[in-house]
Amino acid sequence: MLELLKRFSGGFRRYFIIGPACKLLEVFFDLLTPLVIARMIDEGVGSRDAGVVLRYGVLLIGMAIIGMGFTLICQKMAALASQGMGTAIRSSLFARINEFSYAELDRFGTPSLITRITNDVNQVQLAIALGVRQLIRWPFLAVGSMIAALLIDLKLGLIFLISTPLIGLVFWLVMARCVPYFKQMQARLDRIGLITREGLSGVRVVRAFVREDHERERFRKAAFDQATVAIAVGKLSSVLNPVTFLVMNLGVCAILWMGGIQVDTGALTQGEVMAFVNYMTQTLLSIVYVANLVVVFTKASASASRVNEVLECEPSITDRGNAPVALPAASDVSRGTAAPALRMDKACFAFGDAEVNTLERVTLTLGLGQTLGIIGGTGSGKSTLVSLIPRLYDTRSGSVEVMGTDVRRWPLEQLRHVVGIVPQRASLLSGTIRSNLLWRDADATDEELWAALEIAQAADFVRKLPKGLDAPVEAGGKNFSGGQRQRLTIARALVGEPLLLILDDSASALDFKTDAALRHAIRERSAAGSAAGGLPLTTVIVSQRVSSVRDADLICVMSHGSVAGLGTHDELLATCPLYEEICLSQLKREELGSAAAPTSAGAPTPTVATSHDLPVQSAEEEGAR
Amino acid sequence: MNPYASAGSVSTVTASVSGNDNLNGDNNDSGIPRQNISGERLSTAEVTRRLLSYVRPHAGSFFISFISAAISVVLQLYTPILIGRGIDLIIDAGRVDFAALMPLVQTLALVVVGAAVFQWLQGYCVNRLCYETVRDMRIQASEKLGRMPLSFIDAHPHGDLISRVVNDVDQVGDGLLQGFTQLFTGVVTIVGTLVFMLSISVPMAIVVVLVTPLSVLAASLIAKFSNRSFGDQQRIQGQLGGYIEEYVGNQKLVEAFAHGPEARHGFDGINDELYTAGERAQFLSSLSNPGTRFINNIIYAVVAIIGCVGVITGVPAALTVGEVQTFLSYANQYTKPFNEVTSVITQIQTAYASARRLFALLDATEEVPDAPDALEISDARGDVTLSHVDFSYVKDRKLLQDICIDARSGMRFALVGPTGCGKTTLINLLLRFYDVDAGTIELDGMDTQGITRASLRRSFGMVLQDTWLFEGTVHDNIAYGKPDATREEVVEAARRAHADKFIAALPDGYDTVIGEDGGSFSAGQKQLLCIARVMLTDPAILLLDEATSSIDTRTELQVQAAFDELMAGRTSFVVAHRLSTIRNSDCILYMRDGVIEERGTHDELLALGGAYAELYNSQFAEA
Repeated sequence: MLELLKRFSGGFRRYFIIGPACKLLEVFFDLLTPLVIARMIDEGVGSRDAGVVLRYGVLLIGMAIIGMGFTLICQKMAALASQGMGTAIRSSLFARINEFSYAELDRFGTPSLITRITNDVNQVQLAIALGVRQLIRWPFLAVGSMIAALLIDLKLGLIFLISTPLIGLVFWLVMARCVPYFKQMQARLDRIGLITREGLSGVRVVRAFVREDHERERFRKAAFDQATVAIAVGKLSSVLNPVTFLVMNLGVCAILWMGGIQVDTGALTQGEVMAFVNYMTQTLLSIVYVANLVVVFTKASASASRVNEVLECEPSITDRGNAPVALPAASDVSRGTAAPALRMDKACFAFGDAEVNTLERVTLTLGLGQTLGIIGGTGSGKSTLVSLIPRLYDTRSGSVEVMGTDVRRWPLEQLRHVVGIVPQRASLLSGTIRSNLLWRDADATDEELWAALEIAQAADFVRKLPKGLDAPVEAGGKNFSGGQRQRLTIARALVGEPLLLILDDSASALDFKTDAALRHAIRERSAAGSAAGGLPLTTVIVSQRVSSVRDADLICVMSHGSVAGLGTHDELLATCPLYEEICLSQLKREELGSAAAPTSAGAPTPTVATSHDLPVQSAEEEGAR
Repeated sequence: MNPYASAGSVSTVTASVSGNDNLNGDNNDSGIPRQNISGERLSTAEVTRRLLSYVRPHAGSFFISFISAAISVVLQLYTPILIGRGIDLIIDAGRVDFAALMPLVQTLALVVVGAAVFQWLQGYCVNRLCYETVRDMRIQASEKLGRMPLSFIDAHPHGDLISRVVNDVDQVGDGLLQGFTQLFTGVVTIVGTLVFMLSISVPMAIVVVLVTPLSVLAASLIAKFSNRSFGDQQRIQGQLGGYIEEYVGNQKLVEAFAHGPEARHGFDGINDELYTAGERAQFLSSLSNPGTRFINNIIYAVVAIIGCVGVITGVPAALTVGEVQTFLSYANQYTKPFNEVTSVITQIQTAYASARRLFALLDATEEVPDAPDALEISDARGDVTLSHVDFSYVKDRKLLQDICIDARSGMRFALVGPTGCGKTTLINLLLRFYDVDAGTIELDGMDTQGITRASLRRSFGMVLQDTWLFEGTVHDNIAYGKPDATREEVVEAARRAHADKFIAALPDGYDTVIGEDGGSFSAGQKQLLCIARVMLTDPAILLLDEATSSIDTRTELQVQAAFDELMAGRTSFVVAHRLSTIRNSDCILYMRDGVIEERGTHDELLALGGAYAELYNSQFAEA
């Protein structure tokens, strides 16, 4: 919490001084009130002079008005400081999250980042406001009342010295015990939610297996567990109020008795005994508030450290000091002297500090304008491999070069402009089709957008939308079908003339015909060369379908993070048993091509081997929803 | 690990809210008619009456809590009077009446202890009452969901139903039970204070009663102002939250497209708006405490002046100093219950809304129970006959029409056709998740309507594309359909489902706990576990929904083999996506728009040259 304050309080320091200072004045008046009343009684009533009473009464009212004025200033300062700092913290948090590379995002996880920037910042904000407004008020009122009481009479003041710590102790005991319970209670409530959710999502399984009784019992137990903890917490916390009341008023009993003795000897006046009673009430009520503050600050400091953790996490991938990279000239390309579009040299990669590498010594070279196909099972490292190209992750060892320059020497923005990527998960952001397509190039013309849609096989359905390019897109692109979303994300990557296009399993929701048309269009576009300098488009296609990669200039077969085969379709059929196995499971024997090894006697049995996807089955639901 | 699969929370939230699993994919956008469970129709009196019915079993605690509350409040209010009297006994040096002071202090101590004890008793009882009622309501709501027809569960967003069981019940507990006791305490305090004040001095009581509304008025004025700006703040906060969900959820995308500066720009725009609205809202709302405190201070001063003048002159009332002290205490606390009551009333209103939603759920029409004379069957042979079955989720949108299927025991049927053709609906009908509109479905010659749902369903085994595993061990998940299965039986089922190898490789083997949503298992592994689950129950008839994608080729081969093993010797209906499954079927049903267009073996249908043949051949129509 303090670190966060130090970091962000810069522009707000004056609020932090003015606010509490004003509050202090109000508290001072509050402390004076019992004394003024005591005077009113002792002097006014004692001398039977209504004028004196009135004078002190006016003083009281004056104090109330001035105190109110100062409080207003304090509240304003609190609002300015807390909201100002909250806004600043949110802004830096968002900026910091924006700088994070994939490694940091994986480490924190999206839900956690969202909680930190919303709830946690709100908690901190609340604590700052309360800090300015009340952190001074209540402790000062408690301590001040005690001091005032001691100043009036040392002996009677001793009652304060006993009762105040006593209440503090009770609060500490009860709350220290409650806190772990609160966590438990939340956990049990979450479990009730989980069981309900499981029961709804699995309703068919539950009923098909006739396990309704079991589910009922499971829920019943969870509900009982939760109630047990809740009642236990309640038992503890219901002690607080009565005990406070008890201690406070037993203190008053003592004041009356001992006060009586003191007054009898003339050491104290009647008004002063009254002041004592009032101070007692004030002190103990203040302690209740202090306890509340402690709860708020405990929560806030946990939040603050979560916020700090993000702010202090340095992004692992930066491009500091990297000069813009000169792109190859068209003349080099035609002469064939241009550097390869992509080169990986013994690239290894692991997530975090994992001992085992997710990618192991990947080496390959892809010429400008060529197509690379990457195929392999789930978890074989295909997606991870391509995410090294725009430097979304850094290699652990080895290197990745784009256009002849190591990705670590590219300015990130330029690299990511040169490399267009279509992620596996086709997500769009709320806005319009146009706003989504403009991500790579904010100045792209409508012709350019349509050209990209045309290649992505999306022009037809976009044209049919009543608003065309300005058709609204809901969060996540929910108002489009899976296939439509995929084609829009492909178009998005094509805007802004990428030199290297990565399609990460991004045709999975397309039927075979559309998929083929898409690849055909990309090939044409590659041959035509981009408008800027006539450079051809290099393509990397990740897929589980043999049909999507078989025509590639180079196919990379991935297995458990390693390259199991590298070559053309025909070469791999002859040399790579894994590739052959994948092909056999997807294509009919006669489709495998001329180079199919005639000796593949160990192929799986036909029933298992020919598990084709039926095209109509995977056809997208055009225009769904 | 897939580097783009971010936004865990975002996608799960959407998934749970939209709540569609694969089986109702057929009818998802056709919108099964929803029951009205908004609860708007329930009157307040009705809601109150029903709430009280929950309290009845705890009537003891309920009465004790109210009586203790009353006693405690009265005793608490009595203390300022005793303190005032005490002060009157301490007048001046030599004028302290110790003989009267001693018993008074003793009485005071007793009253204080009594007030504290009853206050504790009240808190304890309310708390217990509240959580036990909440628990009962929750169990009732959950069990209600268990009795609802599938059409209800498919039609209503799961997020909404979950929130009724979790949040609404909590609201009712907090708001109504605790709220009501607070309300009661507040009212007793107000009335009690008034009575005590009147008993000391009528004119002074009138003074206090006349000035205190000022404080309440101030509080409500401030609340009115701040509520308005709170609305603004909340709206912008919601906007910002949406933005954060979207952009942080898609941060990996933003990163890959170097879109950060634009994203930040958008964020800062909303963030600045939030600052303006938030600062205003916070300032206004922070006025409420000092505002009422200010009014209270004024009242305090006025009561002190008038009281002291009363002591001196006897006008407006002849008072003692101690009585002035008593009035000062009362003036101090008299306004508090008013403000508390106002805030409790808002809380109670929210709670009523929650109670309405809860009761509306409890009132929803349940599944028609089994007929009293429904048959309990066991050891079904597996003959399934559908004759002239019609079905639709929505009245005017016919889905299945005149479906006739005659499946003899052990036959394998493949259901093929475009999305939305009604294949999965058939599974819904066979298991009686939904009932037919017309026609009959017979099992071994008996109409399934005349068989108990439980025994009918026990004759079937089902594996869905959308696998369902619950939080528990691997063993428990496999043994779900046969909870008393031994470890050996479970292992044997897993072995036959080709799942034993990967289970054996898990850290705790069969005792490994599976996390929420199947934990870290791949889609293929989850499906293998579900196959093992059915393998163990050994049903006569199988309903299988093959996975279309998301399984890699090699796991797919294993799943395939497991399916084959499972189907051997059983009547089976497979929503098929793989040619191997289809080719080896005894009968292929090609469905389109709810009608069986073609039926026959693979070879027969190819020879027919119709839609199936076209579908089969289209895979070679590659560009």
